[in-house]
Amino acid sequence: MTIYVFDGTMDGLLTAVFDAFALHEQPQQLLMKGDALPLFCDHTYQVTADEEKARRVWAGLEKRLSREALRLISVSWLSELRELNQPLFHYLCKVFRQGDIARNFADPDVLAVTNIARRVMHEQLRMKQFIRFQKAKDGTYLAVVAPDHNVLPLITDHFQDRFNDQPWLIYDAKRHYGYYHDGKSVIRITFEDEAAVPFNLTNGKMNADVLSENDRLFQDLWRTYFKAICIKERMNPRKQLSDMPRRYWKYMTEKN
Amino acid sequence: MLTEKTMEKLRILAESAKYDVSCSSSGTVRKGKQGMVGSTVGGVGICHSFADDGRCISLLKVMLTNYCMYDCAYCINRRSNDIKRATLSVSELEDITMEFYRRNYIEGLFLSSGVVRNPDYTMERLTAIARDLRTVHRFNGYIHLKSIPGCSQELLNEAGRYADRMSVNIEIPREESLKLLAPEKDHQSVFQPMKLIQQGVLENKEDRRRYRHVPRFVPAGQSTQMIVGATKESDRDILQMSSMLYGQPTMRRVYYSGYVSVNTYDPRLPILKQPPLVRENRLYQADWLLRFYHFKVEEIVDDQHANLDLEVDPKLAWALRHPEAFPVDINTADYEQLLRVPGLGTKSAWLIVNSRRFGRLTSYDLKKMGVVMKKAKYFITCGELTSLFSQPIVGINELRPERLRPLLVSKAQQKRAAEERQLKLEFEE
Repeated sequence: MTIYVFDGTMDGLLTAVFDAFALHEQPQQLLMKGDALPLFCDHTYQVTADEEKARRVWAGLEKRLSREALRLISVSWLSELRELNQPLFHYLCKVFRQGDIARNFADPDVLAVTNIARRVMHEQLRMKQFIRFQKAKDGTYLAVVAPDHNVLPLITDHFQDRFNDQPWLIYDAKRHYGYYHDGKSVIRITFEDEAAVPFNLTNGKMNADVLSENDRLFQDLWRTYFKAICIKERMNPRKQLSDMPRRYWKYMTEKN
Repeated sequence: MLTEKTMEKLRILAESAKYDVSCSSSGTVRKGKQGMVGSTVGGVGICHSFADDGRCISLLKVMLTNYCMYDCAYCINRRSNDIKRATLSVSELEDITMEFYRRNYIEGLFLSSGVVRNPDYTMERLTAIARDLRTVHRFNGYIHLKSIPGCSQELLNEAGRYADRMSVNIEIPREESLKLLAPEKDHQSVFQPMKLIQQGVLENKEDRRRYRHVPRFVPAGQSTQMIVGATKESDRDILQMSSMLYGQPTMRRVYYSGYVSVNTYDPRLPILKQPPLVRENRLYQADWLLRFYHFKVEEIVDDQHANLDLEVDPKLAWALRHPEAFPVDINTADYEQLLRVPGLGTKSAWLIVNSRRFGRLTSYDLKKMGVVMKKAKYFITCGELTSLFSQPIVGINELRPERLRPLLVSKAQQKRAAEERQLKLEFEE
């Protein structure tokens, strides 16, 4: 049994595809560095990520797949799930053998990649729904999130388009980076000393000394509204939880 | 300036507005503009939160005032009700909308109002707020305006330039019932503004064909709502009304609102322990069949089945009445036929149509794709299910509908349906 081991980067995975064809072999498994090797493996091959090889593989994919399918692959990569590596690797190899199979959902690898991409898309929508900004004294709007998948790159366009006249910062507390919009463009930022930021990373609350004057009032108004709009005779906490899972609540104004 | 008093007003006016179920921010795509705040995303819109009753919160749904000169029996805000009354000032409402929007709490504003003085006066005030939001606050998000029955065409035409969606509620599908509960209203007063809005939209389309820069008029179309369970209408009456409305070019959504016993003292109304939620759910399912599954209203309800089956969903009910339409061969049937299979939705039908070009599909593939095989397996043939070596097919035609039905109805569904049927009994005189 042949096993490829790669470094966990997209370039590494694309290089693995390249090498599989260069060496005329089809490895049964693609593992990430640090994964436990299975029993009875007689041949392992270390993939060294190579930008040039990766670029060539991607160019090959661009020739064979629709833009929609390529986007789906990029999106699935943002899931940061280990279980994506294997099906994605096999999927890409098959594209070079069989052509455009992106819509063959009976293929287990295509289906797995598609389903993971769909999960990522679902979560980016949830970020658009559930992000809550607080306004700082200097006029910056801040939101802290901790999504399961790395979805911030997918939502910056939406927020830039919508709030183009206000400076905002969306910060991913789990991945320790964020996007800042200064009124013109969006830049990716990280904090050198995360402990010194003027907001709480575990509940997203801004420190009282930097919070703008009437922000608390609007938060209270929102909570009041949230309570008032509910029809008591129709209580349905199960539906609420399925549409708004509890893991998102900690950063949401109306639930804190 | 906003104060504690504003909070109390917001609470009162949200509680007055909450029985209006329409909430969606769908139907129009409008990119952000320089110097303006906001955008609309189209598609199904964005729900920003979900209240404890499970309903989505997309727009700030609020009334400008809950004082009302009408006395409609089903309405919480009827003039003879002794409830707290309030009126938001224009600046209060605009501030709340803008500040909520900038914090990503909402997609926009859904503004409604009780009728004070006369329809024109009320509509004028609603229009003024929409105009202010667009021109003074440079608000580019979603605005849904209720149009007040009986207001002038000029006002509707102006409001339509600022609103994304406008709505007039039918509330009661049959006119004689409406007149019984709301003597001051009739169907004419509802259909008239609907017609005017539609006229405006169609004229605007024509104008835009000639001049590209003509501003859009009610780009997200109209919606309306019917109350379910407050009067004696059958589901057939309700769905025929919906189907007729969807035939109109600008009607996008019909909402169904299970009647919540708000005015228990009124003898014209039934007393319900809880709103008819199962029935409401079945109506929405039927509505979906009309809009996305190519069903006709006569197929869902007819003379013998004037009401929807509470125990099974309307598609399954149809399938059980029409065993001759099955089995459907997954590998050859066209998209419309696939949509009629219980357990298959638009998404799985799309997956099937795409995948079968690459090879024959088996029940294993279907299961992996997310088809509800528990239901679907009685209505389909596919790959191995047709082979001679597999187990004999047990489908709807072998079992007969009357023996299949109990296999597909769970105890919990039966119980819920039975509870609701009991509620209905009190209604018969």
